[in-house]
Amino acid sequence: MKRPELLTRLLITATLLGVVALPLWAWVSVLSNVEEPLIHASIAESGGWSPDVIQAKVGEPLHLKFTSDDVMHGFAVGQMEMQPVDIEPGKVSETTLTFTKPGIYTFFCTRWCGINHWRMRGTLEVSGEPTAPETVSPALYVTLGLNLDAPHLADAVPAEKPSAARGMGLLHQISNLPVDQSADYYRSHSPSQVFQDLSTSGLTDSQRWEVVAALWAQNTSPAALAEGGEIYAQNCAACHGETGSGNGVFADDLAARGEASMQAMSGSMDMSMQTPASFSDPQRMLGASPALLQGKILRGGMGTGMPMWGSIFTDEQIWNVIAYLYSFQFDYSK
Amino acid sequence: MELTRSPRVKALLKSRYPQLVLFVLMLAGFVFAILAGFIGTPVGSHNFSIVFVWIAWWAILILVAVPFFGRGWCAVCPIPVAGDWLQRGAVLNPAPKTPKWLGLRVPAKFRNMWMQNISFTLVALFSSVILTTPVVTSVVLAAMLFLAIGLSMVFERRAFCRYLCPVGGFIGLYAQTAPIELRIKDKNVCAKCVGKPCYNGSDLGSGCPWDVFPGGLTKNTYCGLCLECLRTCPHDNIAINARPFSADLARPSAKLDEAFKAFIMLGAALIYAYVLMGSSGAAKLAAYNVFTPAWFVYAAIFLTVIFILLPGLYWLVISITPRGRGVGVREFAIASTPLIPLGLMFWVAFSLSFVLTNATYILAALSDPLGLGWNLFGTAALAWQPLLSAFIAPAQSLALVGGLAWAARTAQKTAPQAGISSAPVISYCLAVTLLMIWLLL
Repeated sequence: MKRPELLTRLLITATLLGVVALPLWAWVSVLSNVEEPLIHASIAESGGWSPDVIQAKVGEPLHLKFTSDDVMHGFAVGQMEMQPVDIEPGKVSETTLTFTKPGIYTFFCTRWCGINHWRMRGTLEVSGEPTAPETVSPALYVTLGLNLDAPHLADAVPAEKPSAARGMGLLHQISNLPVDQSADYYRSHSPSQVFQDLSTSGLTDSQRWEVVAALWAQNTSPAALAEGGEIYAQNCAACHGETGSGNGVFADDLAARGEASMQAMSGSMDMSMQTPASFSDPQRMLGASPALLQGKILRGGMGTGMPMWGSIFTDEQIWNVIAYLYSFQFDYSK
Repeated sequence: MELTRSPRVKALLKSRYPQLVLFVLMLAGFVFAILAGFIGTPVGSHNFSIVFVWIAWWAILILVAVPFFGRGWCAVCPIPVAGDWLQRGAVLNPAPKTPKWLGLRVPAKFRNMWMQNISFTLVALFSSVILTTPVVTSVVLAAMLFLAIGLSMVFERRAFCRYLCPVGGFIGLYAQTAPIELRIKDKNVCAKCVGKPCYNGSDLGSGCPWDVFPGGLTKNTYCGLCLECLRTCPHDNIAINARPFSADLARPSAKLDEAFKAFIMLGAALIYAYVLMGSSGAAKLAAYNVFTPAWFVYAAIFLTVIFILLPGLYWLVISITPRGRGVGVREFAIASTPLIPLGLMFWVAFSLSFVLTNATYILAALSDPLGLGWNLFGTAALAWQPLLSAFIAPAQSLALVGGLAWAARTAQKTAPQAGISSAPVISYCLAVTLLMIWLLL
């Protein structure tokens, strides 16, 4: 073989090998980089987070890179103060987290990416020296022995939205009302139960409901309601609707495709999607105690399509969301 | 005007090395595009394969290469290169006298444009998925590469380019309008030439890979501008000429396969304008969700429009005129010639609408071609920004109106050769142009 032919062949082979080998090498190094993994986000039907388990160490900064393989997603870690990271299709975004306590954290998608958006969850396993043991008390619904899956409907409902302001006036005027104004009483009783407790008070039905509204208002604050409203808008309104009527942007899709969608998920053959609960339904909301709602939020709907939020929101955040939910029934304006 | 009269130009074109360098660079880019589709981000707008093939390459091809250089792209296309090397058993040396592989001749019934019509139609039917899904683009690119290699081992010359390439067919058709050509200088020299090395090959180069005898070249359709004949001609009788636009169309082709290529391209541009650029979500979903009932409806409409409706209406329009009664296949094919410049300008107008709109993706994909978070040129985070938005609609209007005028002028020259009046041809061109304007603007 002549020299120019040989040299040209070598050059061509080297160029083509380089074009294949260099990107492959770069690709494999990104894939195998455990220290700084590139986390792919895609809608739950296409696999959700990949990887969906991330390892970290207490006190050591965890640098994470994200890319979306389909639509806009977001990343946040449950029970952690952090700015959610937006993940755009085809682009790479980054964040650095540092954990102070070991444990298993849940990370989740913060953008309404599709009807199975809420299934986009993963775990962050943070290892390290255990900190001082913390006492964990069971959730109130457990202590009260509430059956979360049984219907809890109110026997009676008010004719119109009760005014907390007028109820507050009644509370101040009448001193011997047969109700307790403590937080424990509020959390463990449904508005309907309190309405029953007030049956011997001599008040009219509408006045009794106004007192109930006042008690509920007393157990929250404008700041707490604002935080609850914000959490609701970001995480609940997609299904339950901005006005709480169960008509969020995904509600129709859930009704139309919910069951098929659930069954498309592996291991979910026995699940059946339900239409999102309406918080503007007085029978449902006035029959539910804050403890019952806390249970539903903490644990989720168990196969109904309602996700569990216990690993994502703090107790305080959940109580604030619950307070906000009752604002669909009570008029808290001054 | 003979461009090869300049010794520098001639030396540049005759030397194998400049073309080889381009071949290797193109092949490297092509292989990288295939790889990127497989391992890069599945998001089409950020994957090198989609962005560089369907935005950058397509823009260069349809807006520059085809209108101004005809088959100029084929001269540097990397797809047949590996097959060429295998056939020759060398990179620099020409093909040996006895074939290294099977070296069969393509059967006569396939030596036309029908296979290319079918391959283009197949790609077109799945285009919504191919154009947006990197891995599918890579499969198509790889399939073309391996088909070209496979066919080069079974058949002689470039069987893939000449008879199967879905792109090569329409490039050849539209190359007739280009202001550049490869032709012989003197017929008598070719007639007296012993051995016809331009067709049969010599130590200086391969016999025409496109199975064309340059001495008989009268149009650009099947000349791939590979320049082998420029290297092999012992009499310096091959020239590259600059010429007026659409010079080949004065002597129109009477072949039905080529006429149908013109209808397929015209119809595909109309359908794409409606489906890809239009506002109908149902049409987009139908085109995208392949093998669903909606897609079968879309495919049926697509095939009906390009194979029945457009040619049928054309036949009807030209045959209802007194001079058009009893028009035969040959006349029909000749009469279809004006659809060549018209179709080319339809594609220019259609491509303008998305090429400029999506051009910023090119810079982003250049910096991060695999979507791994690289920022090679600092442009990875570049936000999507349509370019020259105000210029697009006027440019499209100009292209479409210009295309209509060009088609009308062609009709005046070609209709008499089909024995018909140019009036129904121009009326048809006007009607489809108005339809395209309505769809695009």
